[in-house]
Amino acid sequence: MAIVPWLILMTALSLLASVELAGAQVLGNSRAAELDQCVEPTEFMRRNHMELLIHQRDETVHRGIRTKNHSLVECIACHAEKDSDGQFVSINAEGQFCQDCHVTAAVSMDCFQCHATKPDVNAQLTGLAIAMTRPNCQR
Amino acid sequence: MKQAPTNAVPDKKRRSFFTQAAAGIALLTLAPGVRLVDLALGKKDETAVTGTVRWGMLIDTTKCAEGCVACVEACDTEHGLTGFNRPKTDAQWIRKLELEDEQTGKAHSLPMLCQHCANPPCVDVCPTGASFVRKDGIVLVDKHICIGCRYCMMACPYKARSFIHEELSEQKPHAPRGKGTVESCTFCVHRVDRDHTPACVEACSEAGHQAMIFGDLNDNNSTLTKVLGELASKQVREDLGLNTGVRYHGI
Ligand code: HEC
Ligand code: HEC
Ligand code: HEC
Repeated sequence: MAIVPWLILMTALSLLASVELAGAQVLGNSRAAELDQCVEPTEFMRRNHMELLIHQRDETVHRGIRTKNHSLVECIACHAEKDSDGQFVSINAEGQFCQDCHVTAAVSMDCFQCHATKPDVNAQLTGLAIAMTRPNCQR
Repeated sequence: MKQAPTNAVPDKKRRSFFTQAAAGIALLTLAPGVRLVDLALGKKDETAVTGTVRWGMLIDTTKCAEGCVACVEACDTEHGLTGFNRPKTDAQWIRKLELEDEQTGKAHSLPMLCQHCANPPCVDVCPTGASFVRKDGIVLVDKHICIGCRYCMMACPYKARSFIHEELSEQKPHAPRGKGTVESCTFCVHRVDRDHTPACVEACSEAGHQAMIFGDLNDNNSTLTKVLGELASKQVREDLGLNTGVRYHGI
């Protein structure tokens, strides 16, 4: 019967699709690849990361709250991939973590007109490591 | 001139004794774990800024060296302010002014930057609310809300703001910047929120001049207020009544 190969093909295709949605996006050569978890449960992140980011944006800019969990700088620090030369690839470059899914979901976002798309290589003040002494700091 | 500081000092000491004593009493009378004064002083990442602090700066023009641009370079590096070789429009958050009294010939060198006014004209004219004064006195642009109309640039008496005309790439992660928005000195808010001083102040002190002191204007014990209590200082265009957070000595 001619319909059987079709059925097999369709099942295979839908399986493929669900594999992709189930987290194939985290890329091999990023820090995230070494971890089991995002900053919130994966399912929640898939659906709600934009709300977290917009909330964090206002908290940081207006109230000076600098927690790391929902910070855009930190998403990039953890999700950005390194190429074979050990150089960071822009998170919004083709096929990269944020860009890949957004293309699939037809999302366009302007954040990266301003926000850096790669982690700070010197990691000077990315929030994770600051241990410099400021002689004139008066607090 | 020499007399004023010596007169001022005991007064200050007495005042700080009283504040400390008051803090001590408050600590004794409040329930355990509840404090009126945060003894750790440093701001935690998860705490919001408050009006208890007002960030400010004193620029001692007698120590500011003519031709020295250490503060300007440090600011450019810190925020990734690379120019397009268009001096009229390239972003500049801090610039050096060389002034001379035409009558006496006395020369001054000083850095000009956002004066972090308590009553800022840029905030008054902003149609979207993008320009705002943070609770701790830092005047900022929320670039997420800025529509690039540039009214604030017109309103600022200090010419402290820049507009970004070009598309940018390779921004610093801690200093997002993009075409079509206005920006100005943030007092290095990303550093201050983590208990560090602004890049310009650090560079000035590394260059051996110590012409810039950063600190809390509301804290009687900060080096800034102590020095302000001893040195005569001025606000640029004091007549406008803007109550600037940046003060100058020696002009
Ligand atoms: C400390 C590392 C780390 C940080 C920081 C981080 N993530 Fe993740 N993220 C992960 C890991 C690991 C996974 C994969 C989890 C899994 O496999 O279940 C993940 C998964 C995700 C997913 C789901 C991808 C999928 O499988 O469909 C999204 C969306 C996501 N992250 C967005 C973000 C955003 C947005 C931020 C910033 C607010 C962020 N992440 C910050 C490590 C991180
Ligand atoms: C016009 C420039 C611009 C654009 C576009 C922009 N931002 Fe920002 N963003 C900034 C600036 C400036 C800051 C303040 C940085 C600071 O104080 O550390 C900031 C801070 C943030 C922060 C807090 C710092 C951090 O890394 O966690 C978040 C979150 C954020 N933006 C999210 C977004 C998101 C999401 C978008 C896109 C929807 C976006 N921004 C688009 C300029 C921009
Ligand atoms: C699993 C797929 C997926 C991944 C991975 C993903 N996103 Fe998204 N993102 C979406 C979807 C879907 C939307 C649109 C949601 C909507 O419109 O309600 C969206 C929307 C957004 C928005 C809101 C855009 C706007 O202006 O309305 C931001 C900001 C955003 N994502 C940031 C990120 C960042 C940063 C990363 C990488 C760290 C990332 N996303 C990774 C699926 C993803």
